[in-house]
Amino acid sequence: MKTKEEVYQILSKVTDPEIPVLTLEDLGVIRDIRVISDDEVNIKITPTYSGCPATDVMADDIRAALFVAGFSKIKIEQVISPAWTTDWLSPKGKEKLNKYGIAPPVAAVSLEEAIVECPHCGSKNTQVISAFGSTACKALFQCHDCLEPFDYFKCHV
Amino acid sequence: MLFEYILQLADNQLILAQRLSELCGHGPALEQDIAITNISLDLIGQSRLLFQYAGKLDEQHRNEDQLAFLRPEKEYRNLLLVEQPNRDFAHVVLRQYLFDEFNFLNYSGLTNSKDEELAAIATKSLMEVKYHLRFSKNWVLRLGDGTAISHRKMQDALNNLWMYAGEMFEKTAIERDLVKAGIAVDVEQLMPTWKESVMSTLKEATLNIPEGGWYQSGGKKGVHSEHLGHLLAEMQFMQRAYPNLTW
Ligand SMILES: [Zn+2]
Repeated sequence: MKTKEEVYQILSKVTDPEIPVLTLEDLGVIRDIRVISDDEVNIKITPTYSGCPATDVMADDIRAALFVAGFSKIKIEQVISPAWTTDWLSPKGKEKLNKYGIAPPVAAVSLEEAIVECPHCGSKNTQVISAFGSTACKALFQCHDCLEPFDYFKCHV
Repeated sequence: MLFEYILQLADNQLILAQRLSELCGHGPALEQDIAITNISLDLIGQSRLLFQYAGKLDEQHRNEDQLAFLRPEKEYRNLLLVEQPNRDFAHVVLRQYLFDEFNFLNYSGLTNSKDEELAAIATKSLMEVKYHLRFSKNWVLRLGDGTAISHRKMQDALNNLWMYAGEMFEKTAIERDLVKAGIAVDVEQLMPTWKESVMSTLKEATLNIPEGGWYQSGGKKGVHSEHLGHLLAEMQFMQRAYPNLTW
């Protein structure tokens, strides 16, 4: 029988369908793993945003990964409490986001006051253009130094 | 009883989400189009959490899709405010603002509900609603205290929509019992705080509240304006034409 840790290793390789550089481990959405037997496992995941379409895809991808690993009875349950926040993003995940061109979340009262570093040139001379972006988790920013626009992973707490 | 209360909460999120989704690809500018559709998506997600919970309590064992898409018009319990047509961007943001202030207070109260699942859904949803409120409030301020044309359009929107605000604070018999049980929020008690926030925003936006205290209600009892039927016809079409269709 596989250990919880081994199953976690399998799940941690599954990636976010919308931001493929992030694994589910980086996102902090895996909440519980129960290995019942050689072929049975129960998983609990938590959604990031309540309407995020990626959540259903993640569940499908988890199911596929576990099936390949030899499990045939796979139960995936969605838990919403405690609610996911961007504090659960791993430091490694934040680094990957930055390299991918998405500025990681920073704590701030508002988007206007947030000091967001440009992921292209590192400048802090940036400004929010739009509070909403291409996915539920992103806002749109602009850099005044390199003049490039970029996505910002919103601070969600 | 709890089932009906959850449906009422879910219907508000769903119907407003459907209204907002009409702007997908039709927003006044790209950023606003994206913003409105993002808010719509959040609200659909919140309604799903509620419909899934309602499905667990339903004596007829309907699932979330059946509850969302296959009830007749009179069984929807949403507020009249959220079914009002988009008309123009002023109406869209004002309707959103009036509802967001209410939604914020209502969900805040529900985070303390004795029903753990409801409290969890409220806690999750509240994080998103705070963000919506910031957006809609900023637009009410910007357009109300903007140009002569934007001010006139916002004032028209307020004149048209104000009469639907009162219904948010009307307590049904079911709510009365659930409030006593510590499960539901007493909407009557939200009124003073809501009014204070809304009055201060409208004042800053240089908008005037229409005179007279009269308001229109009925949505919470299933008596809707003519607009809901049209909205449902479009929203329910796929499930009615192709029963049990999935993506
Ligand atoms: Zn830059």
